[in-house]
Amino acid sequence: MNLRFDIMIPELFLFGWAIVVLTADLFFIKEKKNALLYMSQFGFLAAAALVIFTPTGPNEVGFGYMFYNDTFASFFKIVILLAGFMAVSSSFEAVQKSIEHKGEFFGLVIMSAVGMMFLVSSTELVSLYVALELSTIPLFILTAFQKRYLKSSEAGLKYLILGALSSALLLYGMSFMYGMTGTTVLLAGSITMLLNSANVHYGLVLSLVLVVAGLGFKLALVPFHMWAPDVYEGAPTPITSYLSVASKAAGLAALTRIVYGFYTVGTAAEYWGILIAILAALAMIIGNFAALLQSNIKRMLAYSSIAQAGYILVGFVAASQLGLSGISIYIFAYLFANMGAFAIVVAVDHKLNSDRIEDYAGMARRSPLIAVCMTIFLLSLAGIPPTAGFIAKYKVFMAAIENGTLFWLVMIAVATTVVSIFYYARVIKEMFITEREVESSESKWILSSPITIAILVGLIGTLIIGIYPEPFLELASTVTQSFVY
Amino acid sequence: MLEGSTAIAFYIISFVMILSAIAVVTLKNIFHAALFLVLTLFAVAALYILLSAEFLAAVQVLIYVGAISILMIFAVMLTAQLTNYNIKQTNEQSLPALLISVCFIGITIFAIATNNKLGGFPIKENTEIAGSNTANLGQLLMRDFILPFEVVSVLLLAALIGAIVIAKRDN
Repeated sequence: MNLRFDIMIPELFLFGWAIVVLTADLFFIKEKKNALLYMSQFGFLAAAALVIFTPTGPNEVGFGYMFYNDTFASFFKIVILLAGFMAVSSSFEAVQKSIEHKGEFFGLVIMSAVGMMFLVSSTELVSLYVALELSTIPLFILTAFQKRYLKSSEAGLKYLILGALSSALLLYGMSFMYGMTGTTVLLAGSITMLLNSANVHYGLVLSLVLVVAGLGFKLALVPFHMWAPDVYEGAPTPITSYLSVASKAAGLAALTRIVYGFYTVGTAAEYWGILIAILAALAMIIGNFAALLQSNIKRMLAYSSIAQAGYILVGFVAASQLGLSGISIYIFAYLFANMGAFAIVVAVDHKLNSDRIEDYAGMARRSPLIAVCMTIFLLSLAGIPPTAGFIAKYKVFMAAIENGTLFWLVMIAVATTVVSIFYYARVIKEMFITEREVESSESKWILSSPITIAILVGLIGTLIIGIYPEPFLELASTVTQSFVY
Repeated sequence: MLEGSTAIAFYIISFVMILSAIAVVTLKNIFHAALFLVLTLFAVAALYILLSAEFLAAVQVLIYVGAISILMIFAVMLTAQLTNYNIKQTNEQSLPALLISVCFIGITIFAIATNNKLGGFPIKENTEIAGSNTANLGQLLMRDFILPFEVVSVLLLAALIGAIVIAKRDN
C-alpha cells in the first residue's frame, strides 16, 4: 500500500476547514456570523493554493491506484474551488436573508467540494462512487435549505429521489464492469489485458449505457435533465450556481475517467462516440429551445447550462488531446461567466425580490455597472467575442472538426448557438432598452463587498481569457498531458 | 451453472423475491407493502447465502431488515391512521413506466445471454480463497479499500449534519 497523504493535502486541509467552520459557528453570536463566510472564502482560496503546490504527474498515485493527482485532476480541483469561492462569496445577502443555520450551510458547501475533489482524482470505481455521493448528498440538503420556502423543499426532495435513482443506475453499470473485468481500477493498462477485444461485448455496451445514464443525471444531460430546472429554481441561488458549475465539472471529470479508462479498448471504443454525440446534440437542441420559453431567469440559466453541457460534450466526443484541452478551457470560461451571472441574479433577487426576466427592465439606468457586467457574462455564455466564451466554443468546435466524422455535430452546435443568442439577448434588451418607472427609493444599489468580489472575479476571468487567451490555452494543453488513455 | 438442489433453491428464492417485490409496489395498504418489503430483503439475503457470501447476508438482514424496514414500519404505525389508509400506487404514467421496465429487462437479458454465447463476459471462475470470507473482507476494507472507507465516514458526517438541519424546528 502506498499511503500517499502528501498528494492529498488540499483535500485533507479542506475537510479540516469544514470542521473548523462548523465548530466556529458555535462561538459566534448571531450578529457576527458573517465571519463564517469570510472563513469559508479563505478555506477555498487556501485549498486552491495548496492544489497549485501539490505535485502532479504520472507518478503521483496513492492508495493502490485509487487516488491519482495528475494535471487533469489538479485543473478540475482549481475549477471546483474557484466555483466554491464564488458561490460562497455571492451568498452574503441570501444567507443573511433566508438561511437559518449558517455554520452548517458553509460547512456542507465545503464538504461537498471535498467530495468533488476526491471525485476528480478517483481512478477506481469504489472510491469514485463514494466520492460522488459525498459531493451530491450535501447538495440535496443545501437545495432544501430554505425550509420556509415551499419550492426549496420540493426541489430538495426531487433532487434526492432522482439522485438516488441515478446512483442506482451508475452502480448497476459499474457492477457489470467489475463482473467483466474483475477489476475496479480504471487506469487503462490493467483493463486492456483483461478484455477480449475480438468479440462484441453487449454486456460492455450495456454497462456503458448505464454508467452514462447515471452520470448523465448528475450532469443534467438530455434526456436526464428533467430535475434541473425545478431544482435550480428552488435552491438558494448561490447553491444553484455552485450546482451548475462545480457539480457539472466534477461529473464531467468522472465521466472522462470512466469512459477513457474503460471504453478505449476493444470494440467498446466504437460505441460510445456515437452515443455521447447524440446526447450532446439533444442537450444543445432541447436546452437552447426550452430556454427561449422561460420567464424566470433561474430557469432560463438552468436550461442554458443544460445546453452548455452539450457544447462541452462536443469536445468530449472529439476524443483527442485537442478535445480534452478544449473542454478544459470551456469549463474555465463557463465557470467565470455562469458564476458571475448567478451572482448578479442573487443581487437582483435581494433588491427586487424577483427572479423574473421582465423585472430586469431598466437596469441600465438604475445601476449601469451591474447591467454592463451582466451583459458581458451573457455574451460569454452565448460565445460572442471578445469574451472567454468565444475562445472556448472556437476551441471545442475546432477539435470536433479535426476529428473528421463529427461535422454534423458541429453544424448543430453552431445552429443552436445562434438560437441561444436570442434568449441571452432578451435579458440584455430588457436591461438596456425597455423603459421602466424608477422609484427614487430604489435608485441606488450598493452591493456588499463579498458579492462584488464574486462579480469582479467573474468579470476579470471572462475578459482576460477573451482578450489574451494564450496563457490559458497553454495551461489547457498541459492539462491532459499526463492523462492516461 | 446451477445444478441440483442449488438450482431448486435459487428458483424458489427468486420466485418469492419477485412476487413480494411486485406486492410492494402494487398493494394499496402501505403497512402490507412494508411487510412485503421485509420479505423481499430476506430473499436477497438468502441469495447471498446461496452465493456463499454469508457475511453479506448477515449484514443485509441486520441493516435492511433489522434497521431500515423496521424503521419504516414504525413510521407507518406512528403516523395516525396511515395503517388503515388506502393509497393509490398507480398514476397515468404507470403504463409507460411498465413498458420501459419490461424493455430494460429484455435488453439486459439479451446482453447477458448473447455475451455468454460469444464467450464474452470473461467472468473469472471461482478461485479458492484462503481463509474465511469475512476475514478477507475485513482485510480488504482496512487495507486495499481504506480510502473509500474513510471517505464514507466523512459522507456519514455530512449526512448526519444535513439530517439534523432538515429535521430541526426553526425558531
